[in-house]
Amino acid sequence: MGKSDIHKKIFAVLAFSSLVFLIGITIVLFKEGLPIFRIVKPLNFLFGKYWYPTYDPPDFGILPLILGSLWVTAGALLVCVPLGIGSALYLNELAGPKQRAFLKPAIEILASIPSIVFGFFGMVVVAPFLQKLLNIPVGLTAFTGSLILGVMATPTVCSIAEDALSFVPKSFREASFAVGANRWQTLVKVTLPAAGSGISTAVILGMSRAVGETMTVLMVCGGAAVIPKSFFEPVRPMTATIAAEMGEAVTGSPHFQALFAIGMILFLVTLVFNIAAEIISRRFRLKLGLGR
Amino acid sequence: MESELKIRLETVNFFYGKQQALKDISFEVYKNKVTAVIGPSGCGKSTLIRLFNRMNELIPNTRLEGKIRLDRQNIYEPQVDVVELRRRVGMVFQKPNPFPKSIFENVSYGLAVNGIKDRDYLAEKVERSLKDAALWKEVSGRLYKSALALSGGQQQRLCIARALAVEPEVILFDEPCSALDPTATLKIEELIQRLKEKYTIIIVTHNMQQAARISDQTAFLMLGELIEYDLTNKIFTSPSKKITEDYITGRFG
Ligand SMILES: Nc1ncnc2c1ncn2[C@@H]1O[C@H](COP(=O)(O)OP(=O)(O)O)[C@@H](O)[C@H]1O
Ligand SMILES: [Mg+2]
Repeated sequence: MGKSDIHKKIFAVLAFSSLVFLIGITIVLFKEGLPIFRIVKPLNFLFGKYWYPTYDPPDFGILPLILGSLWVTAGALLVCVPLGIGSALYLNELAGPKQRAFLKPAIEILASIPSIVFGFFGMVVVAPFLQKLLNIPVGLTAFTGSLILGVMATPTVCSIAEDALSFVPKSFREASFAVGANRWQTLVKVTLPAAGSGISTAVILGMSRAVGETMTVLMVCGGAAVIPKSFFEPVRPMTATIAAEMGEAVTGSPHFQALFAIGMILFLVTLVFNIAAEIISRRFRLKLGLGR
Repeated sequence: MESELKIRLETVNFFYGKQQALKDISFEVYKNKVTAVIGPSGCGKSTLIRLFNRMNELIPNTRLEGKIRLDRQNIYEPQVDVVELRRRVGMVFQKPNPFPKSIFENVSYGLAVNGIKDRDYLAEKVERSLKDAALWKEVSGRLYKSALALSGGQQQRLCIARALAVEPEVILFDEPCSALDPTATLKIEELIQRLKEKYTIIIVTHNMQQAARISDQTAFLMLGELIEYDLTNKIFTSPSKKITEDYITGRFG
């Protein structure tokens, strides 16, 4: 066996180790989570309205948690999609080199701020401010969570959308201008459609980021495990539930298994998002003739 | 035959930032003629023809001095509508650049952005333009299929059809065959020969034989300066400058 063969093998092992981790995590999640379905039926688990895991008898309905995640994610999308795509368009279409040199690092720094800092900022500054401004009983609500999560997901959306826009060949734009289209028409009829699937990828990955975020939602969403009636009530998203309750759940108990089952669902949801994003972006590259 | 004046450059200078790309260029382009622009790469050919439809304006920090007249009107005057100008002066680029849309949408694009919605009219124009671009027979059965499935030569003819659809008066070609094989090149050359009956054509090429084959007038450019401008015949048989002769006989460049 030659030297380069050994090198090849070492790198192959390294590369495949992440696959091993992925499989390992999946197995543990399912092994610990699935037994809950001996106690509650899957449908009752998913659509049960009450989450009282420590009562006697306990209730393991995660609909309030799912809705919590859904509301907060949807709210976050309302923030990060316009902000992220808007800044990507600005960076790509309008900004001069000076503005870019300044804005791009700023957005990257925003992405690198630890989520606990966002959570802290949300608790100490945003929540009290919103509480006063909107005159609501508590400031830690789905709305507050959406706002903060939306800002957190903006860099993800922006940088992926910007990549997608910059992949659109300059020659498309030139061709459009050359037949008398203006900037706006070129953007709407050529650039955006050409970058369209790349931009959807950005939105999906932003969504995936928002669904999976834990620390921030734990800190700013209020934590009430009830079905929210409005945006201005506290909610408890799935991630926050796991983080808050894992410490107190007895290993191997039904509560413990239920938390793992929630983890399982989160895992599946983000997996689906990421696969969808991958498929769409692959199509995008093919469409623009960029290869794989 | 008397040649009618179509475009006239009057001491044109052009700058990318501080770098001067074109120096004191003056010449005239005649209606229904093919005017070739030749010269070594980097001499300013693309820069020059992109002045005729004000494409260079898309590049920041550029500056133009002098006048460029299209039918006597200086196209750089503030009251000139760029959209209108670009409809009158179409362009075909070096690399075929159809949009990732259907063949039909590609050809009708220029009409669509000019606000034309009438389906029948669009269909008629698309057919006419594709016929004029000698592409109709090959694509009539798949107008709604992606333009990107066409071969390079077909894509370039599609780009020509797209330019024709808005009924321009002048068509600019920037090395339209540099990415094509000899057969596809020949087709484009024949097409250009036919198009000059209806249009005024300016073509950049670094292929000397191509210039000799298809053009009536030839401008020879070097380092941003117009070295010689004359009838193509004259340039290729008895150029008045030594440097032109050196270039066309392939002694450099
Ligand atoms: N966008 C640009 N910015 C700055 N300089 C440019 C730009 N485009 C072309 N140039 C310069 O202008 C000169 C002429 O280029 P060009 O017109 O593309 O030449 P040609 O088409 O004859 O090869 C070259 O020196 C080139 O470096
Ligand atoms: Mg060029």
